[in-house]
Amino acid sequence: MKLNERSLVFYATGDSPADNAGFLYKRGERHTAYHRRWFVLKGNMLFYFEERDSREPVGVIVLEGCNVELCEAAESYAFAIRFGGTKSRTYVLAAENQAAMESWVKSLSRASFDYMRLVVRELEKQLQEMRRGLARGCAGSREPPGPWKPSGLEQCRERLPALPAILPKENGCAVWNNVLGAERLPDTSGCAGHDEEGTPRPPPLPPRRRVSDGEAQSPSTFCRLHEQYSREVARLRQDWQQRQRGPRP
Amino acid sequence: MRYNERELLSLARQPAEKAAEIRMSVPKKGSVLKKRLVKLVVNFLFYFRTDEAEPIGALLLEHCKITKEEENIFSISFIEEPERKYCFECATEEQCQEWVEALKRASYEFLRRSLIFYRNEIQKMTGKDPLEQYGISEEARFQLGTHRQ
Repeated sequence: MKLNERSLVFYATGDSPADNAGFLYKRGERHTAYHRRWFVLKGNMLFYFEERDSREPVGVIVLEGCNVELCEAAESYAFAIRFGGTKSRTYVLAAENQAAMESWVKSLSRASFDYMRLVVRELEKQLQEMRRGLARGCAGSREPPGPWKPSGLEQCRERLPALPAILPKENGCAVWNNVLGAERLPDTSGCAGHDEEGTPRPPPLPPRRRVSDGEAQSPSTFCRLHEQYSREVARLRQDWQQRQRGPRP
Repeated sequence: MRYNERELLSLARQPAEKAAEIRMSVPKKGSVLKKRLVKLVVNFLFYFRTDEAEPIGALLLEHCKITKEEENIFSISFIEEPERKYCFECATEEQCQEWVEALKRASYEFLRRSLIFYRNEIQKMTGKDPLEQYGISEEARFQLGTHRQ
């Protein structure tokens, strides 16, 4: 089977950050001698080079459907990458110390695309549920928070704790979108996997319930909602802070 | 470069995110469009002769560019060699658009950036890091912004 090897080499040796890198001892296939290799983990691909500055990897291990486990071996700090299937090979690797071994076992066991996808779907679901919750409370404030009647809103602002800037979305529901040095959602109109900043678009959300028209747009309604949200956020912050104060280092 | 072919072949047999018979050409001189079974599994695009069980080849979809070409056609190229294009001619424009969208989201890097985005959004809304419950909040791969090893 052909593989786009040239691109693989570029991927392995290119500038993109590695999820883990370091020297490991790799047990040979036929002979049980260990060879020291420079390993680079990028995504679900574990590349290994003869030397740290080698131009091309000697090989790559595709990490889908594998188990990573500690193993009994003559070599200390050894662990294995095991695949299902009767004739599958087990890769035995050994680190130079306990910390390195733990770090590698952790990063390798979570390296699969499948695992990543699971976590992303879970977070996506959480975010959608949160936004839906906000949308339900949003009925009535369809207008973007443009020029308000100053008197009503100023009073509100003085009473409420500081909230991040509220940016309008298409149906008028507020979604905090401040970028605190974090990247925006990857743009699918540009390169896949390339770090180009295009117009960021969030992933498709389920169709939102259309907000009912005809509600009075008044600062007092807005203030009520604002207060409601601030209580919720304050409560969530309190919960979180209490947890922080708990038995944590 | 050595690779664990057996596992890759096993991956090719797994249920695909997307699969279809599409005419395809490889970036080789004199290459023509040939009907292939094209199958997207995780971040790999496998392509088979339509009557064979084992793929002819696999493309790792990282650092690649998916381009909508003329009618019904899209191409995949890799960013360090943009002239070398794998071309795909779909049956309909609709099928073509679907594949372009699916392939743009197929990379591990795209997934990672999505995760970072959601994590950040949830954290801003709740003040809580949603990855804490999984015990993975310290993992290098999930850090905001560019992470270094």
